[in-house]
Amino acid sequence: MSTANGSKPVLTLEHVSVSFGGLRAIADVSFSIHDGEIVGLIGPNGAGKTTAFNLITGFLRPSEGRILYREVDLNRRKPHEIAALGLVRTFQRTSVFANRTVFANALTGLHRQGRSRLWDTILALPRESAAEKELAAQAWEILRMVGLDARAADSAGSLPYGEQRLMGVALALAAKPTMLLLDEPVSGMNPSETARFMQLIKAIQAQGITILLVEHDMRMVMGVSDRVVVLNHGQVIAEGPPASIQQNAEVVRAYLGRRGTRAGDS
Amino acid sequence: MRRIAPAFWLILFLSIPLWLRDPYFLHVLIVTGIFIIAAMSLNLLLGYTGQLSLGHVAFFGIGAYASSLTTIGFDIDVLGLVRIVHKPWPALAGLIVATALAGMCGYLIGTLSFKIRGAYFIIVTLSFAEVTRLVALNWVELTQGPMAINNIPPFTVGLPGLGYIALWNKAYYYYLVLLVAIAAYVLIARLVGSRIGRAMVALKENEPLALSVGIDVTRYLVLGAVVSAALAGAAGSLYAHYIKVIDPDIFQFMYTVTMIIMVITGGKGTLSGPIVGGLIFGFLPVAVRSFASPEAQWIIYGLLMIMIIFVLPQGIVPALSQWMESRSSASRTSAWAAAAGPAVSRTGSEREHGERQ
Amino acid sequence: MERIPGSCVDEFLQHLANALVLGGTYALLGIGLTLIFGIMRIVNFTHGELFAFGAYLIFLSVMRLDVNFFVAFLLAVIGGCLLGAAIELLLLRPLRAADIETTMLVTIGAWIIMQNSELLVWGGVAKAISTPFPEAPLVFGPISVSPLRIFVLLVALLLIGGTYALIHRTKLGIAMRATFQDSETAELMGVNIKGIRTATFAIGSALAAGAGALLAPVFLVTPTMGDLASLKAFAIVIFGGLGNITGATVGGFLLALIEELGAGYISSGYRDAMGFLLIIAVLLIKPTGLFARAERVG
Repeated sequence: MSTANGSKPVLTLEHVSVSFGGLRAIADVSFSIHDGEIVGLIGPNGAGKTTAFNLITGFLRPSEGRILYREVDLNRRKPHEIAALGLVRTFQRTSVFANRTVFANALTGLHRQGRSRLWDTILALPRESAAEKELAAQAWEILRMVGLDARAADSAGSLPYGEQRLMGVALALAAKPTMLLLDEPVSGMNPSETARFMQLIKAIQAQGITILLVEHDMRMVMGVSDRVVVLNHGQVIAEGPPASIQQNAEVVRAYLGRRGTRAGDS
Repeated sequence: MRRIAPAFWLILFLSIPLWLRDPYFLHVLIVTGIFIIAAMSLNLLLGYTGQLSLGHVAFFGIGAYASSLTTIGFDIDVLGLVRIVHKPWPALAGLIVATALAGMCGYLIGTLSFKIRGAYFIIVTLSFAEVTRLVALNWVELTQGPMAINNIPPFTVGLPGLGYIALWNKAYYYYLVLLVAIAAYVLIARLVGSRIGRAMVALKENEPLALSVGIDVTRYLVLGAVVSAALAGAAGSLYAHYIKVIDPDIFQFMYTVTMIIMVITGGKGTLSGPIVGGLIFGFLPVAVRSFASPEAQWIIYGLLMIMIIFVLPQGIVPALSQWMESRSSASRTSAWAAAAGPAVSRTGSEREHGERQ
Repeated sequence: MERIPGSCVDEFLQHLANALVLGGTYALLGIGLTLIFGIMRIVNFTHGELFAFGAYLIFLSVMRLDVNFFVAFLLAVIGGCLLGAAIELLLLRPLRAADIETTMLVTIGAWIIMQNSELLVWGGVAKAISTPFPEAPLVFGPISVSPLRIFVLLVALLLIGGTYALIHRTKLGIAMRATFQDSETAELMGVNIKGIRTATFAIGSALAAGAGALLAPVFLVTPTMGDLASLKAFAIVIFGGLGNITGATVGGFLLALIEELGAGYISSGYRDAMGFLLIIAVLLIKPTGLFARAERVG
């Protein structure tokens, strides 16, 4: 389940560009993600990684090019429509609903799994409370999967940073994605938390979910990704399995200027 | 204790006309009740979807005018081209029309609020209310302008064998207002505790995050605005048929401020906040009027509002419940644990000691 | 406003002249609020009350204390400045960390207190102010303008120019612009953010008081005169973009023109509605304001 060979592309960026004012944040970027892959998106600060995320998930519109998910053109679609297509992202900061409990967060993430009619709600019809019970059961399952079930009654904002990132992932999983975009998921985690998280990612991949992640922690990215895409100054400068990226001279230069030590030494 | 509290209040409020004979106090209660309904509707918009609209009185006033005109009838010439004649309808129809029309305006404001945010939205809603006031003032043919709409008929209730009873009696009107208030409370409570309510709060707390899990923010914003406006319109209708005279002064910003004060001091985002705030600011004039002129009263309200913002920024109800929680050492079983999953019961001290299941 | 019978062009020119006079004071109102709105990011409901405060102060000085008219005007502006500083220090500074709704509610509370205090002290009857200017209007071709109104226009332009100079040529102005752009960075570079906020609120309030003092002798002084002023100031700020003085200036004159023409040719009853319709129209077309691209202080 880890190679891209033979599996079809599910997310495709074709010649995508976007500018802010006079600044080209992303210039003519094209790459694909294949079904069931874990792809790491790396690059120095300002390379355009978060911009790419925002473009893919509909928070930004490209000035040129197009983005296709499972053959659907994402042009002009609103973020919640893209999420409904199965593309769900996490956020690096403010990744949870801080004033609600962990359990309420999970329930909120399950929004798309429910169907509530206004009149059912107002009249408190039995099928409404049955639906709520069903959602609650699903919420417990997700919390168990990420290991937060013991914290269900705590406010999400009071969780330690590492657990908040987990909550963010739980939220995203609740939305039943077919592809998950993780925005710096392990920033702020200690090594043992990071190791546990890498196992979680593999477990998510085992469920058939494609993953694209942006990260600065090189060991983590190289350790978990099937393929890596490198951005610099808004352009793709390299693409391939982790081993080849680590030896790619241009990548090394991008990160370290001209002083040339290997990228694997981070 | 939690279970019997609402029942206790309900019985108390139901019994009031039986022992409170002073018509003045009943009058204050009725008007306060009407404003509490309006405050609850504002709370839905402000406290749960997080949209601060300063034009809320527009829905109230539109409801009042709609109900009055529906029950009195009108005959107008539109632009010299079309003549519209409306025959009087019963007051209940007026209530329905008021609710529906206000709801439609809420729909407009809701869709608007999605494009225009924050400070801009505040100002647009303010302008909307002002324009409505000026229309009511100037479209004399329809609204009588400053001469006011008079002799608004009362609600009538038909009972088999007894014929029609016109609700002139304060006690009957009190029960009518109480009925609508309870209905509004239940409606809001159910909405807020449901999946729809979760979506609304999510969009208030963290909109990008809500979008990213597939919540259609516009839809829930608009829904909140429609329900909120409709309830305010209903309150306006009740007001019109009680006061029996409606003029453009009903659109004064002062009424919006009153509702906002009620919601904020009571506690925005809580179900009972508007009720507590409403009761306080409904009866404060009674307590204060014997020694303070109207201007002085308003100065007191202003000072009170500022004090509450500084001292109890969340409002009275949250402060009270936090206080009660910190004193209570009994175990609390939250509703979510009872609803599904393994029985989880955590006491306050368990949490403090970091014990986990 | 003066009207002379005559050709359509004459009437139009007269409207223009009236709009110029009014527009100057509207611009002052708008500039004051856009500075506050832009730099401090608060919805300030006391702005109209500072406008009324300036009017009452000049009334008090001229009609009760027999102070020279021009000195009284200066007093009104200074008084507005001090009152603004006091409001900021007492009410807004402690709430610096609060959200926009909370600070807005506090300004609403202050507004309620101020307006009702004015009602208590002065009563609801409108007050007139006598001026040292002759009554007879000066005639320029088809247009007639009273000397008082010329004075109003001149002083307004002076104050507008002064504000421009302040923002663009003084250290304070540079600090204000830096705070507007990026308050965190400005703080790191040594700008005293707290002081800037107080200064901004004081300056904005002084401009509002000045506008009130200018218009007081033209119209009458009433306790509720601030309400419409507040709303019109908001309209101008939205039109011109937060923090954009040029936009506010243009917006002030434009609003006056729309009001004048609307009242003259359509209906005088809806005169005050013009501003609101303007806001709503602008925001429907461009939710961030017409000048938003150039959103900056100065």
